[in-house]
Amino acid sequence: MHTLSLAELSAGLKAKKFSSGELTRAYLQRIAKLDKQLNAYVTVAEERALKQAHAADARIAKSQAAALTGVPLAQKDIFCTNGVKTTCGSKMLANFIAPYSATVVQRCDDAGMVMLGKTNMDEFAMGSSNETSYFGPVRNPYDLNAVPGGSSGGSAAAVAARLAPVATGTDTGGSIRQPAALCNLTGLKPTYGRVSRYGMIAFASSLDQGGPMARSAEDVALMMNVIAGFDSKDSTSVDTPVPDYTAGLTKSLAGLRIGIPKEFFGQGLDSKVEQVIRDALKQYEQLGAKIKEISLPNSGLSVPTYYVVAPAECSSNLSRFDGVRYGYRCEQPVDLVDLYKRSRGEGFGAEVKRRIMIGTYALSSGYYDAYYLKAQKLRRLISDDFKNAYKEVDVIMGPTSPTVAFNLGEKTDDPVTMYLSDIYTIAVNLAGIPGMSIPVGFVGQRPVGLQLMGNYFDEARLLNIAHQYQQATDWHLRAPKGFE
Amino acid sequence: MEWEPVIGLEIHAQLSTKSKIFSGAATAYGAEPNTQACAIDLGMPGVLPVLNKEAVRMAVKFGLAVGASIAPRSVFARKNYFYPDLPKGYQISQYELPIVGKGSIVIELDDGVTKTVGITRAHLEEDAGKSLHEDFHGMTGIDLNRAGTPLLEIVSEPDMRSAKEAVAYMKRIHSLVRYLEICDGNMQEGSFRCDANVSVRPKGQEKFGTRAELKNINSFRFVERAILHEIERQIELIENGGKVMQETRLYDPDKDETRSMRSKEEAMDYRYFPDPDLLPVELDAAFISGVKATLPELPDQKKERFVAQYGLSMYDAGVLTATREMANFFEQVSDVCKAPKLAANWVMGDLSGLLNKNNLDVTHSPVSATMLGGMIARIVDNTISGKIAKTVFEAMWAGEGDADTVIKAKGLVQVTDTGAIEKIIDEIMATNPEQLAQYRSGKDKLFGFFVGQVMKASQGKANPAQLNELLQKKLKG
Repeated sequence: MHTLSLAELSAGLKAKKFSSGELTRAYLQRIAKLDKQLNAYVTVAEERALKQAHAADARIAKSQAAALTGVPLAQKDIFCTNGVKTTCGSKMLANFIAPYSATVVQRCDDAGMVMLGKTNMDEFAMGSSNETSYFGPVRNPYDLNAVPGGSSGGSAAAVAARLAPVATGTDTGGSIRQPAALCNLTGLKPTYGRVSRYGMIAFASSLDQGGPMARSAEDVALMMNVIAGFDSKDSTSVDTPVPDYTAGLTKSLAGLRIGIPKEFFGQGLDSKVEQVIRDALKQYEQLGAKIKEISLPNSGLSVPTYYVVAPAECSSNLSRFDGVRYGYRCEQPVDLVDLYKRSRGEGFGAEVKRRIMIGTYALSSGYYDAYYLKAQKLRRLISDDFKNAYKEVDVIMGPTSPTVAFNLGEKTDDPVTMYLSDIYTIAVNLAGIPGMSIPVGFVGQRPVGLQLMGNYFDEARLLNIAHQYQQATDWHLRAPKGFE
Repeated sequence: MEWEPVIGLEIHAQLSTKSKIFSGAATAYGAEPNTQACAIDLGMPGVLPVLNKEAVRMAVKFGLAVGASIAPRSVFARKNYFYPDLPKGYQISQYELPIVGKGSIVIELDDGVTKTVGITRAHLEEDAGKSLHEDFHGMTGIDLNRAGTPLLEIVSEPDMRSAKEAVAYMKRIHSLVRYLEICDGNMQEGSFRCDANVSVRPKGQEKFGTRAELKNINSFRFVERAILHEIERQIELIENGGKVMQETRLYDPDKDETRSMRSKEEAMDYRYFPDPDLLPVELDAAFISGVKATLPELPDQKKERFVAQYGLSMYDAGVLTATREMANFFEQVSDVCKAPKLAANWVMGDLSGLLNKNNLDVTHSPVSATMLGGMIARIVDNTISGKIAKTVFEAMWAGEGDADTVIKAKGLVQVTDTGAIEKIIDEIMATNPEQLAQYRSGKDKLFGFFVGQVMKASQGKANPAQLNELLQKKLKG
């Protein structure tokens, strides 16, 4: 059962080939057996899952099932779940149980989906390798010596290892797309505002966006049908109609105009990765698409811009973790300042503290104009690059990550090198456009992802473009050894 | 040397919305601690603010009432600082682009002189919670019921030149926000409070002196006293060769002094930046004109109308329109008795006197507007004299019923029957032959004696005008 796609699971449940209870138990058994190698889950919500499965089976019996009723999933541990721990990968929230659910979680619950558990992640989503988690690193199922990418590394490893058919992730600078690429998955970061951020613990509010991570574009489309849409609890969510994301999957790609930004193929891109990407582009030409080289002249400014905006917002967003109302509090504080200093000093890990300090500095009086304001201006230039490009092309393609998955510990001592692993994904967040990563091949046993970047609210088209490639290829079906 | 104080005020008016500015929790005062704070007010992880449209409407209402420009686009910003009663570690406020721009208001001083005070801006923000230092034995309690309550911060220009002007300005704004029904003005509950920026300069000098900011002023009386103290402190300091430091000072009403809270060097860096969780507030002309249509008659308009419609003096009209409640009361009284000037005298005189003495608001007057109007109508139709009316009024205040009931019960109806009055006059003339003779021989002053005697004999009920006329005729012989 663990090899079936969401569409197959849905059909099997409705045809009563298996029950949601059986399916859920099968997944729970796989997790119990295999996750020790990976550390993908922080919390397995067995009791809650079986209860949901039972309710789903009752719903199916009464023919009141929605498309994904009874289908299990894993939630990234950044989404608050009423009654279940939400740690955000941090000691600060190691025992935090929210009295409310994130809108994404609520929508999955309402759709009758079964939450298997909460997946590991970089602390507060700050990281590209899942090594900053308080709950330990996650390993890449395709190579246990390699990182799964981050920050949604737990979700990526869980879905790749068939420990969940689908999972949620969040993407602030590449945190869905980069781990999807490194774990041979299809991941979508929707347009900013397409998926509600309510109850999703904020890292950088103007960049954060939740989205699905799955094994195929079709599975992602089915998940988007559940989680996308306006939410009155999130002022930045956008009130535009939500299409049926599965409806246009089979459209032909004849005449599709693909833009290839020359800036994404320069220094820093691993030549073997480049070869795999170029092969994928040839495949698209065979599907009828036309390739055109374009330029995103300001894309080189993405990383510095991002590392001002994101830390600035995070320095403010993480102020609420002060040891006063919930979360970690130091032992025996002698006074208020001591309470603050030690609760935060002991509760946050090194990378989080580094970013809080960078952000606090960037927002300080006397530096604000030179950093934050300047970064906002650059952000507009980066967005304009994309807007101009979409006048001539329908989609932009390039590598998701400059390299395949690196080894655990390889970059932990060098934050800047680590930051550069998101060099191709960050611009998408700064512009707010949707971006995807799809499996297009391997270097050795480590997967390579192709990034698809679309115009605002063009998720359906991206899914169509991804699906057509997956109809013609089988990269996305290749399971990691030991987890087939 | 002669010194001139320069004062500007920052007034915080709590907007009387039902729910908080960014959450659905109730704003009612006085609930058990932390029972009116939802996940958003508590700053729980992942929760997001959603702007309360009513708060925007109220801010715009204020802006229109002070003739200010309303920003077509204003932005919420985060003011970052750590404090236990500030749940998110930042306050959502407005910084560079406030919702209300430059406006002004006319204040009137005791001597009737008027002055225009500029309003720099007014912006929306959320209130913090409260730290409770008592009852916790070495610990501090946090009550977040107030966290997220909408505030309108109204910033004046440094246009005031005395503590009295500052008080007059604060009273004017207080009256206005209550007229607009956007703030209940309750200073004891902290719904209306202010900070004052005070500096002094040699008279004639254009450049401002260094200012100190006085925090925590929660009554009109304290504003005056705190500012007076600060002016004195600064002058004394400078005259003794010292320098005023830019600092924040706290007013302590118990000790009646201000003391330093923090200096400029210790001033916090709030690291303001636009709140990415909230979209800019964009207001179109239709929204603004919609709010404009809901504006009530403002104090100045009402005052002018009272002068024109009721023939009142500017002073009386000003007193009666000081609050919307007082103005409404007067208009009801006047409506019932159709004698606006008498109504004004009674409302401003006997009624206000007793209200003040008993520390009552006009809305809680034991004598209703209908009752007072009914009584004045009895003066107008000559049933009672103005003098008897005082007795009737006191009886009504004491709960003895309306004017007609009191007049009947106490037999206070005025004697207007000429024959009856003449009969009393005749009796008095007969029993006082000596005085009569003296009067008739030219001692005019004795007229008053006869008036008094007749009035006394009628138990005060003789119509004074008739009595005068008849007495004069009879005494001449």
